[in-house]
Amino acid sequence: MNDFFLLARQELALTLIVFILLFIKVGAKEWPNGSLLNLVNFLLLLNFLSGFFFGHDGMLFNEMFHTGKLIVAEKNILNLGTLIISLQGYDWLKQHKHVVEFYVLLLSTLLGMFFMISSGNLLMFYLGLELASIPLAAIANFDLHKRQSSEAAMKFIISSAFSSGLLLFGISMVYGTAGTLVFSELPPYLDGSPLQLFALVLLVAGFAFKISIVPFHLWTADVYEGSPVIVSAYLSVISKGAAVFVFVAVLYTVLKPLAHAWYTIIFLLSVLTMFAGNLFALRQTNFKRLLAFSSIAQAGFILVGISGSSQAGMASVVYFILVYVFSNLGAFGVVAVVSALTGKENIEDYKGFYKTNPFLSWIMAISLFSLAGIPPAAGFFGKFFLLIAGAAKGNYGLIIIAALNMIISLYYYLKIVKIMFIDRSELEPIPKLPVHIYPKLALLVCMAGIIALGLISQVYEYIYSISLSF
Amino acid sequence: MNLTLLLVLPLLTAIAIVCCKGLKQVRMVSFIGAGLQLLLAFFLLIVYWQERGSGNSTAMLFQSDYTWYPSFNIHYHIGVDGISVAMILLTAFVVLAGVLVSWDTDSMQKEFFFLLIFLSAGAYGFFISLDLFMLFFFLELAVIPKFLLIGIWGSGKKEYSAMKLALMLMGGSALVFTGLVGLYFNTTATGGTHSFDLLQVSQMNIPLQAQLLFFPFVFIGFGIFTALFPFHTWVPDGHSSAPTAASMFLAGISMKLGGYGCLRVATYLMPDAAQVYSPIIVLLATIAIIYGAFATMMQKDLKYINAYSSVSHCGFVLLGIGMLTKTSVTGAVMQMVSHGLMTALFFAAIGMLYNRTHTRMVDKLGGLLKIMPFISTVFVLAGLCSLGLPGLSGFVAEMTVFMGSWQNPSTLYRLATILSCASIVVTAVYILRAVGQTVMGPVTDSHYNNLSDAKWNERLAAILLLIGIVAIGVAPFWLNKLVTPGAEIIIQQVSKAVTIK
Repeated sequence: MNDFFLLARQELALTLIVFILLFIKVGAKEWPNGSLLNLVNFLLLLNFLSGFFFGHDGMLFNEMFHTGKLIVAEKNILNLGTLIISLQGYDWLKQHKHVVEFYVLLLSTLLGMFFMISSGNLLMFYLGLELASIPLAAIANFDLHKRQSSEAAMKFIISSAFSSGLLLFGISMVYGTAGTLVFSELPPYLDGSPLQLFALVLLVAGFAFKISIVPFHLWTADVYEGSPVIVSAYLSVISKGAAVFVFVAVLYTVLKPLAHAWYTIIFLLSVLTMFAGNLFALRQTNFKRLLAFSSIAQAGFILVGISGSSQAGMASVVYFILVYVFSNLGAFGVVAVVSALTGKENIEDYKGFYKTNPFLSWIMAISLFSLAGIPPAAGFFGKFFLLIAGAAKGNYGLIIIAALNMIISLYYYLKIVKIMFIDRSELEPIPKLPVHIYPKLALLVCMAGIIALGLISQVYEYIYSISLSF
Repeated sequence: MNLTLLLVLPLLTAIAIVCCKGLKQVRMVSFIGAGLQLLLAFFLLIVYWQERGSGNSTAMLFQSDYTWYPSFNIHYHIGVDGISVAMILLTAFVVLAGVLVSWDTDSMQKEFFFLLIFLSAGAYGFFISLDLFMLFFFLELAVIPKFLLIGIWGSGKKEYSAMKLALMLMGGSALVFTGLVGLYFNTTATGGTHSFDLLQVSQMNIPLQAQLLFFPFVFIGFGIFTALFPFHTWVPDGHSSAPTAASMFLAGISMKLGGYGCLRVATYLMPDAAQVYSPIIVLLATIAIIYGAFATMMQKDLKYINAYSSVSHCGFVLLGIGMLTKTSVTGAVMQMVSHGLMTALFFAAIGMLYNRTHTRMVDKLGGLLKIMPFISTVFVLAGLCSLGLPGLSGFVAEMTVFMGSWQNPSTLYRLATILSCASIVVTAVYILRAVGQTVMGPVTDSHYNNLSDAKWNERLAAILLLIGIVAIGVAPFWLNKLVTPGAEIIIQQVSKAVTIK
């Protein structure tokens, strides 16, 4: 019993917050949005901090649920990202009628992701995945007066149901050939029979939907565009991050006997994903769509790291996600603030942005530099390590392709910088925005992360030391 | 001496600039910061001589080495030899002059000086790095500030040029990256790990196969920075659109990052491949020298003239490296320093002329010697240095490159040397024509009569750079003595590789 509270403490903390919010909702007194948001953000902060205490390795429920240092660290990363997103969404949520519902749904998905990461059994994993997906569709629809938002929710729910179907099909085949669904028991039964390879393809396809890897990325841009900005941010950082964590762990442990097969798949997918993401991003005019395609391209880079199949590969992937949390949320945060206060979401609207909002412009620029992999931003280190990990297998062709893609991506990132810093607006530029202290704080945290994470090597080295060896 | 000071000082200056208010404070802080950089560089030179004088003959002096990322065996490893000291001095000169000529920047002064000083930190970091990861870090660090400097404060088709420059330089560093990663995985350090350490890698015998595969990546990658033909196309656009100080930095220092990288990373670490590819390098360098010279003849814009002549002059750097003799490599480094000072002076003079006349077209200018004697004199001197007049640095450097190249006895190389020598005549034609039309003859526009000569800050900048040029031109031995040991080590590496085969 004691073990239960220690091992599942992060899940329990989230559940507790969800229940507190539900009680507030059913209570007689109507809370004003401002104090509600103060409370939620405070609770999320506590929740994030509590992740650092009482670390403990172990398993629960017959290996259904397991945890360890790496898993705790991954959950901390997701907690941090959720806190940042919550702070950044302050202006938007303040005007919203259904703040409690929003957070209940949001935290439920996070809870689902936690179970997914901790799962030690394919069924448990599937359960977590569903908990992480279905409420997301509901919050994608949270711009209640916008039709695009409902469209996004619809697209998301359909594509995620489709991917769940593929995944379940794959899982059933794994069960049919191996006779077990427990992660630790599976490897000896995986002999690479054709049926198992088919199951592997289906499993990878299921993950590919979540991580938006080409050719399963088609929902991404539309859903990001239609959803409220902070939900897009959540989808592109937290949801993707959680799926990547599980994906790399499953590939490196459960599917290790099939490594020769999935290496080829990952290699091909990564090349496709990088090119498709970057080339489509070149012509986008909507900021959220651009960030959607850029996040597809980033997924391609992550696959390069995964293909490395080594301890460094895993460490670089987890580290990259951490860096990506800061860099992508920096960019999304600025879009969230601008969108909430002015309703403008097109890239063209940012002409002359630097003249009126130097602080936000610098945050955006540095976040974009980090996404592009320019030093001294942490993104440079993240990409460098991913590529070194990928090159360790001797596949230099992949490195050249990745390097080429970094140049393509630099073009559209720099274009935004050019629009903000160099162009003059013919129409009314975005006026000086009164940024609330919460979003400002969140953006400063992103900045600090981007600048410090690379230069201070201890973070990466810690992640490396707790990563699984291949 | 602790070399980290060279990084800390510009960064502190940059932070101080952020905290300043108004143009006066900003430029004063930048001036003091850049001045301290120059003092520090001189101090480095002096302690370097002392250390060498006391018999310390290790390849790199003032080393310090901390582990940065243990799992990848990445270190914070810094140190200098004569070549780096020469490049650091050059950087300090150009940055101080750059700050002085930008004295009256009219918009966003804080950002301008911040980026300029930040760039200098990148350059210093690059020249003191002894770890390939660090080297690459600083190489990329210097790209984006240039994009902003050109894009925001530039003129003409600045957005196009800025983007072209950023993408081409990024492409260069992507090639360097691929090469470095390839090199890394072909090293074996103690404990079975790989190594990024420049000194360690130079002691290992990298398999010939790997050298042949990755040398082109590294060399072309750095070559793009130093206008290697046919990857020189960013140079004319970038230089001509940039504001004066950025042009000075681009041509004076940024292009030298490439030359330094070709020498220190490509040639030094992959000596066998350097031997194999040497004819191709020499060929490309010769094409760049001659093509650059002829292309300059056709230009009418002063900045384009200097930009294309930079292509030609940087060809000498690559020629010196490609010839692989001790003298030619020494010459290449001297040419880097000399060209850095000379081209910075040239751009500074062009900037001063442009600020007053608002045109850079040669045919619209004329008779300026009577109106602005100081600026015109500086302009003429920069031109004369460019065409290699004895007594100025250009002559010394180019002469050393030719001497060294001639030492390479193969017929093909001799032919390349002769052809490159011949380009000097072309240089003389375009320089004399441009200088003659601009400063002599009748005054073409009566408005010019009301223009004023250089102000104190412009004078100081020009004199500073002129001191450097003359100091090398009249007394080249100190630079020669500074650079030669470093060049010798590189050439030893190459000849050792040959004897093993």
